[in-house]
Amino acid sequence: MDLFFDIIFEGISIGSVLLIAALGLAIVFGLMGVINLAHGELIMVGSYSTFVTQLLFKQPFLKPFYGSYIIVSIFIAFIFSACVGILLERLIIRKLYGNPLETLLATWGVSLLLQQFVRGVPLAVGPGIIITFISGISIKNLLKDKFLNFAYKKYIDLSIWAFSVTLGILSTNFIASNISRLSRADSRNVDVTAPKWMRGPIDIFGETYPKTRLWIIFITLISVVAVLIFLNLSEWGLRIRAVTQNRSMSECLGLSSKKVDTLTFAIGSGLAGVAGVAVSLLGSVGPNVGQNYIVPCFMVVVLGGVGNLLGTVLASFGIGIMTDLIGAGRLMTIWPNMPESLANIVNFFATTSMARVMIFTLIIIFLQFKPSGLFPQKGRMVES
Amino acid sequence: MKLSKKYISYLWWAIALALFIAMPSLVSDSRLKILGKCLSLGIVALGIDLSWGFTGLLSLGQGIFFSLGGYAIAMFLQLNSLKEGIPEFFGLYGVRELPFFWEPFKSPLFTLIAIWLIPGLIAGLIGYLVFRNRIKGVYFSILTQAALLVFFNFFNGQQKLINGTNGLPTPNTILFGTMVGDPLIQKYFYYLSGILVILFYLFSKWLVSKRFGSILIGIRDDEPRIRFSGYNPVLFKTLIFAFAGCLAGISGALFTVQADLISPQYMRVPFSIEMVIWVAVGGRGTLLGAILGAFFIRLGESFVQGLIPGGWIFIQGGLFILVVTILPEGVIGWINNGGPRNLLTRFGVKRFIATYPSLEANKKEGI
Repeated sequence: MDLFFDIIFEGISIGSVLLIAALGLAIVFGLMGVINLAHGELIMVGSYSTFVTQLLFKQPFLKPFYGSYIIVSIFIAFIFSACVGILLERLIIRKLYGNPLETLLATWGVSLLLQQFVRGVPLAVGPGIIITFISGISIKNLLKDKFLNFAYKKYIDLSIWAFSVTLGILSTNFIASNISRLSRADSRNVDVTAPKWMRGPIDIFGETYPKTRLWIIFITLISVVAVLIFLNLSEWGLRIRAVTQNRSMSECLGLSSKKVDTLTFAIGSGLAGVAGVAVSLLGSVGPNVGQNYIVPCFMVVVLGGVGNLLGTVLASFGIGIMTDLIGAGRLMTIWPNMPESLANIVNFFATTSMARVMIFTLIIIFLQFKPSGLFPQKGRMVES
Repeated sequence: MKLSKKYISYLWWAIALALFIAMPSLVSDSRLKILGKCLSLGIVALGIDLSWGFTGLLSLGQGIFFSLGGYAIAMFLQLNSLKEGIPEFFGLYGVRELPFFWEPFKSPLFTLIAIWLIPGLIAGLIGYLVFRNRIKGVYFSILTQAALLVFFNFFNGQQKLINGTNGLPTPNTILFGTMVGDPLIQKYFYYLSGILVILFYLFSKWLVSKRFGSILIGIRDDEPRIRFSGYNPVLFKTLIFAFAGCLAGISGALFTVQADLISPQYMRVPFSIEMVIWVAVGGRGTLLGAILGAFFIRLGESFVQGLIPGGWIFIQGGLFILVVTILPEGVIGWINNGGPRNLLTRFGVKRFIATYPSLEANKKEGI
C-alpha cells in the first residue's frame, strides 16, 4: 500500500509540473491552434522573474516581507510572461494566423532570441522593458476616453511613450545599481531558494513528503481551477470559446476577434510564467530551461486531445505516473520475480533519459491507434 | 532576351564550377574543411526541400537520419582502423565484447549501403506510420520532433553501446591506409561532397520535373483532391520522406568525416530546426535555394562565430523571424519571381515593357 501511495504521489508530482507547463500551451495551441515554440522560453521568463523578485525582496526595504516573495512572484511572473506573450502576438504571430508551419519557425526564432537575451544582456534590462511596455499601454488606455478626439493626439502619444521609456530606464537603473548580480550579463544558472515555510519534509499519514512538491501540486491545482472558471464562467471566457469555435460567426456578432486573440495568447503565456515559478522551485534555472519542457508539453497536449483541458490534465498525470513506473524501476518492486529477459528490458529503461525514450515511443504508438488523442474533438470536420 | 538569360545562368554555373575545382589550391586546409562541411550539408537541405518545399511535410527530425548516417560511417572507421580487439573507448565502461550491431560494420560494402539505407528505412517507417493515420501539418512536425528526442536520449544515454555523449571521433581512424584527418583525404572528401551535391541536385531536379513532382506539389496544395483523383498520397509521402532520409544519411556521413566527430549533439532539437531555416532562407521549392542556403548560412555561421561568440544565435533568431514575415519565398524564390526588378521599379527605374503596362505590371508585381 505504501508503494501504491508512493507511485501515486511521485506520479502526480511529476505530472503536475508537466501539467502546469502544458496548461498555457493547451490554451494557445489547443484553443487558438497557434504553434508556439517559444512557450518554453516564456517558462524561462517566469523563472527568471521569480529570481529577480527574490533578489528584490532581499533588499533592505522589502526584507521584512521576504517570506512572502514567492506569492508575489507568481503574479509578477504571470504579468511578465503575459507581456512578452502580448508583444509576441502583436508583432509576429498576428501576421501568421492560418500558417502554422510559418508560425512554428518564427516562434523558434523568438525562442532563440529570448535565450540569447538572457545570456548576453544584463537581467535588469528585462524588467525595464516590461515596465515601459506596461506603463505605455496602461496610461494610454486610462487617458483614452478623455482625449480621444483631442487635436494633439500624436504629441500626447509621443509624450506618453517618452515618459514610459524614462520610467523603464529609471527602473532598470534602480535595479542594476542595487543588485550587482543583475547589472551585468551572466549566462550562469541561477538558483531560487524557496522561503522557509515551503521547504523541508511534511508528514501526512505517517509518510514524509517534500513540501515544495506539495506546493507545486497546489499551484497547479489552483491554476487549473482558475482557468476552468475563467473559460467557463466569465464573460471573456465565453468570448474566447466563441471565437475559437467559429471565428467568422463571432466576428459577425460583433466580437473583436483581435482583442480576443491577444487576450487568449496573453493568458496562455502568463500561465507559462506561473509554470516558470514552479520550475524554478525544482532546481537551478538556466537559459536553456525551456528547451527541456517544450516537446513534452506538446506531447501532453497532443496526447490529451487538442482543445480539451480535461484531456491535458489526464495526459500529464498519466505520463507522470508512467515516468515514475518506468524511470524509477518500480516495476521490479511491484513484480519482483518476473522472468529474467523481461527484467533485463525493464532495467535497461530504468533511468530518467531511457524512461523518456520509452514514454515517447509509447505515445507515438498510442497515437497510431487514436491519432487525435484521448479525447478527440467531436463533429464531422471537413479535411482541410 | 531569353537566350541571353540562359547564357547568364550557364556563366554562373561555370564560375561556380571553376571556383569549386580551384578552391583547394586557394584556401588553407582548415578552411577547405569548412567549405566541404558546408557543401555536404547542402545534401540534407536538398532532402528537406523535397519533403517540405514540394510536398509540404515539415520534418523537424532530420537530425535523426543525419546522425544515423554519421554513426554508420564512424562505426566503420572505428572498426577499420583496428588490428584486433574492440575500439578503445569500450574499455572505459568495462565492455569486453563488441555489441552485436557493430559486427556488420566491419564490411565496407555493408557500410556504404547502410549509410543511406538505414536512415531511409527508418524515415520510411516513421513516415508510413504517421501518414497512414492522416496525421499531417504541424502534428507531423511535432511527432518528428518527439522522435528526434527519443533518438537523442537513446544515443546520449548508451555509453556502453555507442559511447554516449562523447560520440565517435574519426580523425585518427584509418581509411585506405591513411589517417582520415589527413589533408589529402580531406581534399578528396571535399570533392566528393561537391560532386554528390551536384549529382543529387540534378537527380532531384529530374525527379520533380516528372509527373512524380507534380503529384508531390499536388499533395502540398490540396491533398484530398489528389486522393480523390485516384492516387495514394501515403505512398508518395512515404517515398519522398524516405528519400529525404537517405539524403540526410549521406550528408551526415560526409559531414562526419570532415567534422572529425559524430555525437548526439547533432540530434539536438536546435540543429534540426536550423536545417529548416537554410531551406527557408534559400527558397523552399527551388532546390538550388536549399543548397545555397545551407552553404552560405553555414559559412556565415563559422565566420561570425569566429568574430563574436554567441552573436550568431541573435542573427539566426532574426533570420527565422525575418524570412517568415518578410521574405516567405526565400532569396532564390524572390529572385525568380522578379524581386530585384520590383525593387528597382520602386526606386523609380522604369521596367522594359513589351505589352500594355497594366497587363505587365499586374502580372509581375503580383498584387
